[in-house]
Amino acid sequence: MQLLTVEDLKVSFPTPDGVVEAVRGVSFSVDRGKTLGIVGESGSGKSVATQTIVGLNPGGKVSGQARFEGRDLLTMGRDELRRLRGAEIGMIFQDPLSSLHPYYRVGWQIMEMIRNHTDMTKRQARQRAIELLELVRIPQPHRRVDDYPFQFSGGMRQRAMIAMALALNPKLLIADEPTTALDVTVQAQIMELMQRLQDEFDIAIILITHDLGVVADVADEVLVMYAGKPMEVADRRSLYYRPHHPYTVGLLESLPRPTNKGQRLKPITGQPPSLIHPPQGCPFHPRCPYVMDRCVSEMPPLDDADGGVAGHRSACWLPSDIAGASPELDAQRLDVAQRNRTAVAAAPEGGAR
Amino acid sequence: MSTETLLRLENVVKHFPVHSTRLLRRTEGVVHAVDGVDLDVRRGETVGLVGETGCGKSTLARCILRLYDLTSGRITFGDTDITELSRRKMRPHRKRMQMIFQDPYGSLNPRRRVGPIIGDPFAIQNVADGEERKRKVQELMELVGLNPEHYNRFPAEFSGGQRQRIGVARALALRPEVIVCDEPVSALDVSIQAQIINLLDDLQDEFGLTYIFIAHDLSIVERVSDRVAVMYLGKIVEFGPTEQIYNHPRHPYTKALLSAMPSADPDVAEARERIVLRGDVPSPIDPPSGCSFHPRCPKAQQHCVDVEPPLEVKFTDPPAHRAACHFPVGDGEVLAHATPELALDTEGDVL
Repeated sequence: MQLLTVEDLKVSFPTPDGVVEAVRGVSFSVDRGKTLGIVGESGSGKSVATQTIVGLNPGGKVSGQARFEGRDLLTMGRDELRRLRGAEIGMIFQDPLSSLHPYYRVGWQIMEMIRNHTDMTKRQARQRAIELLELVRIPQPHRRVDDYPFQFSGGMRQRAMIAMALALNPKLLIADEPTTALDVTVQAQIMELMQRLQDEFDIAIILITHDLGVVADVADEVLVMYAGKPMEVADRRSLYYRPHHPYTVGLLESLPRPTNKGQRLKPITGQPPSLIHPPQGCPFHPRCPYVMDRCVSEMPPLDDADGGVAGHRSACWLPSDIAGASPELDAQRLDVAQRNRTAVAAAPEGGAR
Repeated sequence: MSTETLLRLENVVKHFPVHSTRLLRRTEGVVHAVDGVDLDVRRGETVGLVGETGCGKSTLARCILRLYDLTSGRITFGDTDITELSRRKMRPHRKRMQMIFQDPYGSLNPRRRVGPIIGDPFAIQNVADGEERKRKVQELMELVGLNPEHYNRFPAEFSGGQRQRIGVARALALRPEVIVCDEPVSALDVSIQAQIINLLDDLQDEFGLTYIFIAHDLSIVERVSDRVAVMYLGKIVEFGPTEQIYNHPRHPYTKALLSAMPSADPDVAEARERIVLRGDVPSPIDPPSGCSFHPRCPKAQQHCVDVEPPLEVKFTDPPAHRAACHFPVGDGEVLAHATPELALDTEGDVL
């Protein structure tokens, strides 16, 4: 059994402008020792989905299931969830400065976390805090434990956050854009640290990011989200080398990669859609170069793609065997699309700047 | 790209004084934000500036535009030494140089309509007014891929990518020769980044623009730059043609930066030699002696502590490629497991 299994999660928020449908039916699972990467742009619902399962989105309308070791997190009482959060599920967020309280010493904040969940004495908790800071390689932990967050650099703050998240040996770590605010060199340190700790403690990690580069060498499985829906899920090799969904293909093509060296970057035209009035059918259809009549009205199911190798699934009406990104495959996709397109669907203008 | 030098920086230094507060034990000092930079930029090329937070790349950009006065050094733009020009004498030169900022939210006044925002440069420089100004603004909007009918909208009605286009239009208004792009795409979504990169590329071809392109995303810098300068603690530690810097880095810092670059390709990511640098960038208030990279360098020796290395050509590299290192990295040399012969100080943030 998987450590965490999320099924058909839906989250919406009422706002004065209308109901924002942030997550519109997403399923995923992750097991101990494995890393699930969730990739998406702003507004794709990637953060909302994971925050909801740990109860950090009060006010949202939630449906679906999120079973953590068999218990449904979504129906769990607040106190029970509170005991679980921190102790069994650790979390780290993008901005390590605003995640730490500026008025309290770093060590005190880690101790508070430990003492909240266990009956350790102050002295024991402090000892544990020092051990943890050492574990995440903060130099001179016995001294730095009494520092305030502003005395730490960005990378050290994020390491302190990881220390706090791991204080109680959680089984699952949710890392929401953990390296986005950091320099590449520090990003490399943090990613290395997370992998080392995963190996050591057999933790399941959900790594949420907008950066396909960050998940390329750490994720076992990658889920691509767009406008609150899952677009494609695959093991990382399939996702990078044999992407099926045009959105995934578009994301990869718009990045400078060794494979498109010397070519002009191919951006995805247009803008991500509004979540108050998401497009009918496939949410990506207004930006998709391969749009067909069917895409405008019917949302494709998340089905096996490329033979379903290692659980490769994609939500797209294009033939499931066209997988990969190359000019030939582009031509094939266009060919299929043109044969299945009448005036109903109009492909976005490719030449737009 | 021509060989004409459009912009020349000679030993540019910018220090910011630090005043004493009760929290800082040090009573007074200076932040060595830019600490002796020589750089020449040719007409029509793109020079990329890379480095970690606090290395001085944005300060350097602001010095080039004379948004800061230099502590010392000299900046020549075309034939004119602009280092000491007064505000009034500087004004005619201002229209030749513009800037695009990182944050498309913070760099546009939310209470003003987009048309007037883009038209500001015309107003300031007294170039056009009334209907003519409006017509010029709408031309610019069209040029950068915005709908000219949105002239009267507010910034809030545009997405991040569209706002960055507004910033580009404003920078282009006076047909500048140089545009300094300070992290122009890092606040944008991946699918939108490429749109802006391509737009900048097209505009460069169309108007022969010269870009100084600052970014922390090394793969984007590689894609847009003709030459790349790597900065560390206020100094340029390596400078050269892009393919030289990326394929034959000589400075261990450059090598480490490149090795940390995320690659959206699992095979490349796995095969890569990963050099994880120890610790953080030291304080620019009190930079290390000799080569300022020595506390983090896997190849550091005593010589690096004592003597600051000059920026010079290494091995048989082309003369345009220079690095400031006593023990440059050879092609194919592996640094990941190198341990410095130098004993590290016990005080510092060294892992």
